[in-house]
This record gives sequence, C-alpha cells and structure tokens, in this order.
Amino acid sequence: MSFPWAQHYQPKAPFMRWLDEKLPLPRLVYNAIGGGYPVPRNLNYAWNFGVLAGFCLVLQIVTGVILAMHYAPNALVAFDSTEHIMRDVNWGWLMRYAHANGASAFFVVVYLHIFRGFFYGSYKAPREMVWLLGVTIFLLMMATAFMGYVLPWGQMSFWGAKVITGLFGAIPFVGEPLQIWLLGGFAPDNAALNRFFSLHFLLPFVIAGVIILHIWALHIPGSSNPTGVEVKSESDTVPFHPYYTAKDGFGLGVFLILYCAFLFFMPNALGHPDNYIPANPMATPAHIVPEWYFWPYYAILRAFTADFFFVPAKLMGVMAMFSSILVWFFLPWLDRSPVRSGHYRPTFRKFFWVLVIDLLVLGYCGGSPAEEPFVMISQIATAYYFLHFLVIIPLVSAFERPEPLPFSITEAVLGSDKKAVLGENTTPAT
Amino acid sequence: MVRIIGFFVGLFFAVGVLWAFATGAYTVASQGYLKEKTAETEFHRHPAALHLSSDGPFGKFDNRQLQRGYQVYKEVCKACHSLNHVAFRDLAELGYSEAEVKAEAASWTVPGIDPNTGEETTRPGTPTDYFPKPFANDIAARAANHNAIPPDLSLMAKARHEGPAYIHSLLTGFTDPATYKNEDGKSLKQEFPDFQTPPGLYFNPYFANLNLAMPPPLTSDGQVTFKDGTPATVDQMATDVAAFLVWTAEPSLGKRHQTGWPVLGFLLFATVLAFLAKKQVWARARVRRD
Repeated sequence: MSFPWAQHYQPKAPFMRWLDEKLPLPRLVYNAIGGGYPVPRNLNYAWNFGVLAGFCLVLQIVTGVILAMHYAPNALVAFDSTEHIMRDVNWGWLMRYAHANGASAFFVVVYLHIFRGFFYGSYKAPREMVWLLGVTIFLLMMATAFMGYVLPWGQMSFWGAKVITGLFGAIPFVGEPLQIWLLGGFAPDNAALNRFFSLHFLLPFVIAGVIILHIWALHIPGSSNPTGVEVKSESDTVPFHPYYTAKDGFGLGVFLILYCAFLFFMPNALGHPDNYIPANPMATPAHIVPEWYFWPYYAILRAFTADFFFVPAKLMGVMAMFSSILVWFFLPWLDRSPVRSGHYRPTFRKFFWVLVIDLLVLGYCGGSPAEEPFVMISQIATAYYFLHFLVIIPLVSAFERPEPLPFSITEAVLGSDKKAVLGENTTPAT
Repeated sequence: MVRIIGFFVGLFFAVGVLWAFATGAYTVASQGYLKEKTAETEFHRHPAALHLSSDGPFGKFDNRQLQRGYQVYKEVCKACHSLNHVAFRDLAELGYSEAEVKAEAASWTVPGIDPNTGEETTRPGTPTDYFPKPFANDIAARAANHNAIPPDLSLMAKARHEGPAYIHSLLTGFTDPATYKNEDGKSLKQEFPDFQTPPGLYFNPYFANLNLAMPPPLTSDGQVTFKDGTPATVDQMATDVAAFLVWTAEPSLGKRHQTGWPVLGFLLFATVLAFLAKKQVWARARVRRD
C-alpha cells in the first residue's frame, strides 16, 4: 500500500517493460526504496540508521561467508585456523577484522536505531508490528553475535559460552538437562562449537527474512517522523528516491569513515586480549566479560546477588536479563500517550535521557570486574531500568501534559501550512 | 491489563535488585571497606609506556629492530617459549634475503622422519617449517618449569593489555620484594608483612599475582651480541624483543596501515561528493513556489 499520490513505476526500456510483465522485481524495488515510496519530508539524521543496519548485515554476510571458506569449526584447530586466516589467507586479516568490527558497528547503528524509536515513539500505533519485528531482529542479532564470538575458540570464547549456556542451568527442574542438551556435553566442546558455527551461519539469513517483514510492515503505515504527526497531504512527503537515497548515501559515507578508522587503525580496540589465548578449560580468566554490546545486560544479570524470597539469585538474574529485552515487546501498550514524538513530551523527554545515562552506567559496570562499587551501582541502575519501562513510562503517559503539536509536517518544516503548496512534489524534480 | 501486570513485574524486579543492594550495602557497612585490599590489588604495577615505531596510525616496523628482537628470541626466549604460528619463511618480512632465510632456517633443528626407516628423527629446518617447540609436550614443559607451562609467544603482544609495554616491563621488572615500593611509595614489606614469594617463583610487580615461574631471562647487559652493533643493554633487548613480538602477533600491521590511508582518503572524497549531491537534491524540496 502507499499514499494515493505515490508515483507509479513506468518502465521505459522495452526490456524493463518485458521484465515488469513477467517478474515485477524492479517495480518492487521502486515501490520499496525508490520514487514510489513517499516519505515524510522532515526526517532528520536519526532516520539514517535503518539503512545503515541493513548495510551492516550485508557486510557481515559477505565477510562471514568468505571467512567460513577458511575457518575450521573443530575445537582442536579452530583457534589455529583463525590465525591461518590472519596470516596465510590473502587479505584474510582484512576479512576477519572487517567481520569482528562489523559486528560492533552493526550494534552501534542498531542501538541508535532503537533509541531513535524510543525517543520519537516509533513503536506506537499504527507501527506496533514494525517495532515487534525490530525487537525480534535484535534478539536474533544477539544470539548470532554471541555464537560468532565463540568461534575463534579463544579464552573469552570458551568462558563466555560457558557462562551464557550456564544461564539455562538456572531454570528450575529442567535447567541442567537442558544445558547439557544445548551444549551436547557437560561443558562447551567440539559439539557446542559445531552447532554454534552452524547456527551462526544460518541466523543471519533468518534475520534477513525478518528484515523483509520489518520493511514490509513499515511500508503499510509509512515511515514515522520527528514531529510524530501523521502524513496528511502530498506536501508532507517527498519520494524516497532521490531525496533519502541521497541523504542515506551521505550517512553511509560518514559511517564508513568511522568504521574504517577502527578497521585499519585500531582493529582490536573493542575486543578482549584474552581471546588471543587459546581456549583452556583448566584456566579461568581473571574477569569473564562479554563483548561491549552485551555489557548492560551482563550488569543486570550480575546485579542480583541475593536470593529474593524463594527465588534463587541466579534465577532472578537470568529472568531479569531476558526480561530487560522482552519488556520492549510490550512498549507499544505500556506507553499510551497519543503524542508520539519526545519533542512534544516534556516529562517523557527527561526520563528518556535518564534511561540513556542509566544504560551507559549499566554498560560501564557490566564491563568492569564483579566487585564493589560496580555491583552496587549496577543494582541501582537495574532498578531504574525496570521502573522506567514498567512504572514510569505508563504513569508519565497517563499524567503528562504534552506541548502543542504542529498542524502538519509541512507546517513544521515551512512554518505555515497555508503557505505550503500542495502537490509540489507530484513530479520528480528534474 | 498489560500496564497493571507490567507494573507488578517492574516492582518485582526493582524490589528484588534493591533487596540485593541492601544486602550488599549491609556487608560493606559491617566490614567497613568497599573492596578487600590484597597485595595483588595494591602492589600490582601497570606497564610503563613503551614507544615503538609500529605505534599509531602511521606506524611501521623497523626491520633492524625486528632482526635484533629475533636474535633475542633465538638466543634467550626460545629455550622455553614456542612461536607456533610463525614459519621461517615469514622471516623474509624482516628484510632477510631468500638465502639468509634458508640459512637461518637451517640453523634450527626441527623434528623430522627418517626417509629410510620411518622413525622420528631431527633435521635442519627449511623455510617452510614452523619454529620448533622447545618441549615435546605440556607435561615435559611443566616438569622443566616448576609446574608452569611457558606460554606460546606468537600472539603475546595482543594477548595482554598494553601487550608490548607489558612484555618490556615484565622483562625488566624483576625486583626484590623486600625493598619494593609501589607508585604511591608504599612498601610491600610494611603493608603486607606476610607476603612471601614461594620457592621456585620470582617476584615481579608487573605480573598479575606478583609471583611468576619465569626466572629473570635478561640478566646482564651484553647477554646478546647484536649483529648491527647496537649496545645490548637489558632495556634495549627487552624493547627489541617486544617489537619483534608485535610483528609475530600482527605481521600484517604495516600493510594494514598502508592500506588504511588510501581507503580513508577515498571515503572522505566520496563522502564530500555525497554531501554535495544531497545538498543539491534537497535544494529542490526546500524551494517555496508560492
């Protein structure tokens, strides 16, 4: 579906007309990210991260498939085969560093994408399904990244796998057998490494599938925008191409500059030195820490240091860690404010920034050793995290008095809707 | 309904974690300190800064230094430490000619198979061989080293925080615990009178738990006679071997830096063009036609 004023695909070349009759693939692309998709004209740079996330997925799949050609998923040689890629494979170091830093870059843009959604209320009706699919993609990404980190079979790979699969052991009654079944053994070993590799190869394609649904669901109501006011008329929109292809092109350039700075000049800055030590089940690292993008959840997991009535501390931590993401699924129904954008919600806006700081604090604590004062700080931050989504947001949405909204997107951009000319974008500017 | 259930779930987790906070706060208050102080936490020293030519985005290897570092590895470290991921052919990257690499490989003895009997034997190395291991297996390594396995050095510069600086500081940092003072000027003997270095271990404040099984490997100036005539002070030998281990850990470093600059240059150019294109495209949307 689209707005009535969306441009229609009109193939000019005979071949394109022929193709359009048999398989309208160019028409699909035209309506998805071409001139056939009218987009609010006021999107700011926070709206660049969806395209960048898609770019990161392609980057990860391309580099990952090449790495899989040279990698050996066997506990005896996995570490050595990674070094073989770094030393003997032509440009292998580039592929591996591109993949490892690509994972970090992917999470950076996806976090920014998610926080864009938090601030501008992108999760609200009529875009709940876009949001639900997005959170699903994020969960799949986390699983994929975790299993990918295990593959080099270094010390952090092994001990990270042990800690995370150990979480399943906290489930009452079935925990231990479930953990052994998932690992294919009592501890991570060849069986676990092989299934992690298999799933690590599979899941990105599942993610690609869910992304198609995510974009499909997005195209039904159309993109949200910084005012949160829905599109009313043609003057509120511009065609995706060339306006947002041009804007995304610039955004992609800035992203690539930052990414390549890491890739070429500090490729190990975001990794942990211990992962250059081969996995050793007999030697526990001094501090087991996951990759940076898991630090906030790791802090939440470790914050529960005391049993709570009949619930053991470990089970509390595991439930809280999973709930910290699952709660996002319910956000469209927790936040009932009819105003979408944080620009017009003075109280919500303040709590949004508290949440940002809270997550940075949790991240810092999650990357630090499990000792005081980090544990106590992460306990306060964890309490705020849950109160924010489950208590503060519902209450704020009930009591807040939003600021006046602009009448339309056009008015927000051009000042007065009366002066804005309807239909100025009927034809693509030439 | 979602909000009512959510409200109670939120309270459950918040109260649960604040309960844990209260328990922790009570413990801290009753013991009177946040974190227990131990000899390891108070007297461990961070590596001293080390500057190598490979540092920074313009860094590249100094081949003469790498050759000196290789010499230190060959004459000192290799007695106990393997270099599993490096082959003799890789030495060509240090500026050795093909003939020199062959001669260098041949100066090492590597395990081989007798072509007539099929029995295990030894033979001179060839450029395709990897550096031989000093011990037949882990048990032999433990037996010879006070129950500690000397770690492989190929990746050491990347496998420790501030790798090269750590290597340099560790090699030059052996000292007497009786007179050792930390950066704050506190004396180990005074603060922890019970601290002892167990027999067979050696005190080194740069090592995480202060005592390690490696005896000081670089003991006196001139221990190695550098072929290029550089005076072989202990500090020079430690610096050179740290530089060499940066190369063994990351042989592609020079090529990576060399590739990175043109890539960044191109991206910068392309991004400027993309910005101008974006400006031009959007100029049409901003035009008011009333």
